[in-house]
Amino acid sequence: MEDQILLTMRGVSKTFPGVKALDNVSITLRKGEIHALMGENGAGKSTLIKVLTGVHAFEEGEIRLDGFDEPIINHTPIEAQKRGIVTVYQEVNLCPNLSVAENLFIGREPKTKLGYIDWRKMNKLSRELLKRLDIDVDVTQTLENYSLAIQQMVAIARAVDMDCKALILDEPTSSLDENEVSKLFVLMRHLREKGVGIIFVTHFLEQVYAVCDRITVLRNGEFAGEYTVAEMPRFKLVATMLGKDVDDLDSIKPEGCESNCDEIAVEAVGLGHKGTIKPFDFHIRKGEVVGVTGLLGSGRTEMVRCLYGADHAQSGTLKMKGKVLKAKAPIDSIKSGMGYLPDDRKADGLISELSVRENIVLALQARQGVFKTLPLAKQYELADSFIEMLHIKTATRETPVSQLSGGNQQKVILARWLCTHPDFLILDEPTRGIDIGTKTEFQKLILKFASEGMSVVFISSEIEEMLRTCTRMCVMRDGEKVGEIDGEMTQEIVMSAIAGGEEK
Amino acid sequence: MKRKSRINSNTLLLLITIALFIVMYAIGCVIYHEKGFDHLQTFLNILITNAGLLCVACGMTCVMLTGGIDISVGSLIAMDCMILAYGMGVKGYPCIPLLIFVLVIGLVFGLVQGFLVGYLDIQPFIITMAGMFFARGMTAVICTKQLSITQDANALFYSWANYKIFLPKFLGYLNSKGKLQIPFIRPTVLVALSVVLIIFFVLKFTKFGRALYAVGGNEASAKLMGLNVRSTKLKAYILSSFLCSIGGICYSLNTMSGSVQQAVGLEMDAIASSVIGGTLLTGGVGSVFGSLFGVLINGTIGTLVNTNGKLLSSWANIATAALLCFFIILQSVFALVKERKS
Ligand SMILES: Nc1ncnc2c1ncn2[C@@H]1O[C@H](COP(=O)(O)OP(=O)(O)OP(=O)(O)O)[C@@H](O)[C@H]1O
Ligand SMILES: [Mg+2]
Repeated sequence: MEDQILLTMRGVSKTFPGVKALDNVSITLRKGEIHALMGENGAGKSTLIKVLTGVHAFEEGEIRLDGFDEPIINHTPIEAQKRGIVTVYQEVNLCPNLSVAENLFIGREPKTKLGYIDWRKMNKLSRELLKRLDIDVDVTQTLENYSLAIQQMVAIARAVDMDCKALILDEPTSSLDENEVSKLFVLMRHLREKGVGIIFVTHFLEQVYAVCDRITVLRNGEFAGEYTVAEMPRFKLVATMLGKDVDDLDSIKPEGCESNCDEIAVEAVGLGHKGTIKPFDFHIRKGEVVGVTGLLGSGRTEMVRCLYGADHAQSGTLKMKGKVLKAKAPIDSIKSGMGYLPDDRKADGLISELSVRENIVLALQARQGVFKTLPLAKQYELADSFIEMLHIKTATRETPVSQLSGGNQQKVILARWLCTHPDFLILDEPTRGIDIGTKTEFQKLILKFASEGMSVVFISSEIEEMLRTCTRMCVMRDGEKVGEIDGEMTQEIVMSAIAGGEEK
Repeated sequence: MKRKSRINSNTLLLLITIALFIVMYAIGCVIYHEKGFDHLQTFLNILITNAGLLCVACGMTCVMLTGGIDISVGSLIAMDCMILAYGMGVKGYPCIPLLIFVLVIGLVFGLVQGFLVGYLDIQPFIITMAGMFFARGMTAVICTKQLSITQDANALFYSWANYKIFLPKFLGYLNSKGKLQIPFIRPTVLVALSVVLIIFFVLKFTKFGRALYAVGGNEASAKLMGLNVRSTKLKAYILSSFLCSIGGICYSLNTMSGSVQQAVGLEMDAIASSVIGGTLLTGGVGSVFGSLFGVLINGTIGTLVNTNGKLLSSWANIATAALLCFFIILQSVFALVKERKS
């Protein structure tokens, strides 16, 4: 059983106009194994998956699937599904206007004897399915009412419920918190026992070591090797992915506001938004990096939205550099020197037809007003510098962002806000889907900006990342700010603060 | 995590539409009490006059759910009516084969438009505009004169057109001269209401119906979830043109005539009715019951203006325009509120 081969892709090549996305790549998936597919942003992981499942056509190579004598080619995702290959693609791909239950069952709805859709049964099955995954939602509500994390879990639930031989998960964990990730892992292990082969894409190394059996690494669209997890220590994996040794992550240490600056940049007193967050106090000094931590849905996002004015605060006051700020709309906040990177990349919208350059300068341009166009030379300079600083992998600076890989799109948004060089920058999950090499660069960049006097509020599900950059952390629980941690900060202290009273 | 069970904003839009219709009708009843606006027959006449439009609006709703549009329907109705009028009135062909012929034309028309939209990914507006010109042109090619279908030409068709289906006696009322009137409908009303019911069922309880919503909600996702987006679109356009042909037959039964200028702008009435009924132009949201009430509102406006007698009939257009604005603004306000909340 252990070594029975389920799926092989051999010598696969795929070229997009101007980019060789895959060059002679191979991967072998065995029955009952969890196989990590690793690589930097733009290495070709998603493309490999899309080629396998018939979203993209490929030029060379062959795909063999257990149970078929001839090599197979899937022309559409439906064909792949019928052959037992079920996929959760990188971006959440569901229909926001349909109910949760429908999103779980569309295309395979339960029917009554007369052949029409049995809504009762569908809702009941959905409830059972989600209950097994410990997700508590009203399945008859439309999906758009729920957070990205829930949507992600629904997409996963949809996939695992289908009978499949091979399950492919492209960065399913990027918007989940630790709790949900562990639920997912339980599920994956269960499927592994049943003999399902799972391909798992992630940028979190610890997740690889937690569940995977084998690793295939891609580098720049090329096959860089297949290893068992045991023979692949962490540093070696990183080196293989990047193709070079990196200075260890831990070499960065927080410097933060040791610049002995006592000037308060932003201060909030009793700020609150009804229904999402209870009134809270908050202040941040010039050049300080403050983290906001808590479980998903604990009010982290709601708190910063309130600070930024995306949700109009009903109580309290907000002062910026000592002046009371009455932001009616985000544009007021931008004008007074704030920047906000929201956690939902899709909703905040990269404008996918526009080029990388245009997307990067967008916010800066907005702040300047429509009539003062940035000189083109300046735009080129900005775009090029961020493309280099954040390792944005793009054919040219004029490539439409829709053609970038998921992680590289995230970097473009990040660049958009960094280049406005605001006095006060809010980053909500900025490193989602970003590879490990760039994360380090990004953390350095944040610290550099802080030392130049920028105040940064930083939300991340990865506590380590915050420990490395923040000097102080606000702890959120159930829509309320319950405390702050400063001074000595370790993983354990933060974890227990997040969990609070209800420790397990 | 937000889990307040609040009423879905789309349901709310539908409720507003229904409420608006009731209010409008009630006002009419009060103001034009003397002229008999409050008689049941007035309401039934709205249904009778708009039976064709109702069929068309159902098809339009299906297409709009996918995020598309079909502006060929008005011309297609003119062509259908002309074929019937020319066939029966001038050539003296029997009516049953002609009706089947008209329905087949609808299917073929939809097949071509749907293929171009679904499989070749051409803008539906452009394709159906071509369809619009084509059908209007064909109407003129068949005959440029105004033709009518008389009793001599086709007794069967004529008898259908004039057939009254009386409602039960107890619904009767005395008219202004004190004579007992028993309200009636025409066969076309039954046809149109059956279409509404069938399409309601299709949208709610069949795979195809749900696929329409999915495609309109997010086409890329629908594809990745394993739905066949192309064939769904193809079928939507076939359905629209087919229902349009059924509507054309109803229209012909109502007017018993054919002319090049018939049903000009009907596509816009159908779109307006759908939008007033809560269908979003961007797709993914809407229902046929909404569209039914949209058509009723449209019809009520016309009847109100007619009943007044002194108003220029263009006021009906202006009222529709105002309502359309009102609903579109309402929809975007709802969308905004939703965005705020999430
Ligand atoms: N539709 C497309 N058109 C043109 N180029 C594309 C397209 N999709 C992907 N690419 C290019 O192919 C390369 C590989 O992209 P891919 O999405 O497979 O990366 P990835 O490994 O999944 O990265 P990430 O970790 O960021 O998701 C990238 O250079 C990207 O720019
Ligand atoms: Mg990817």
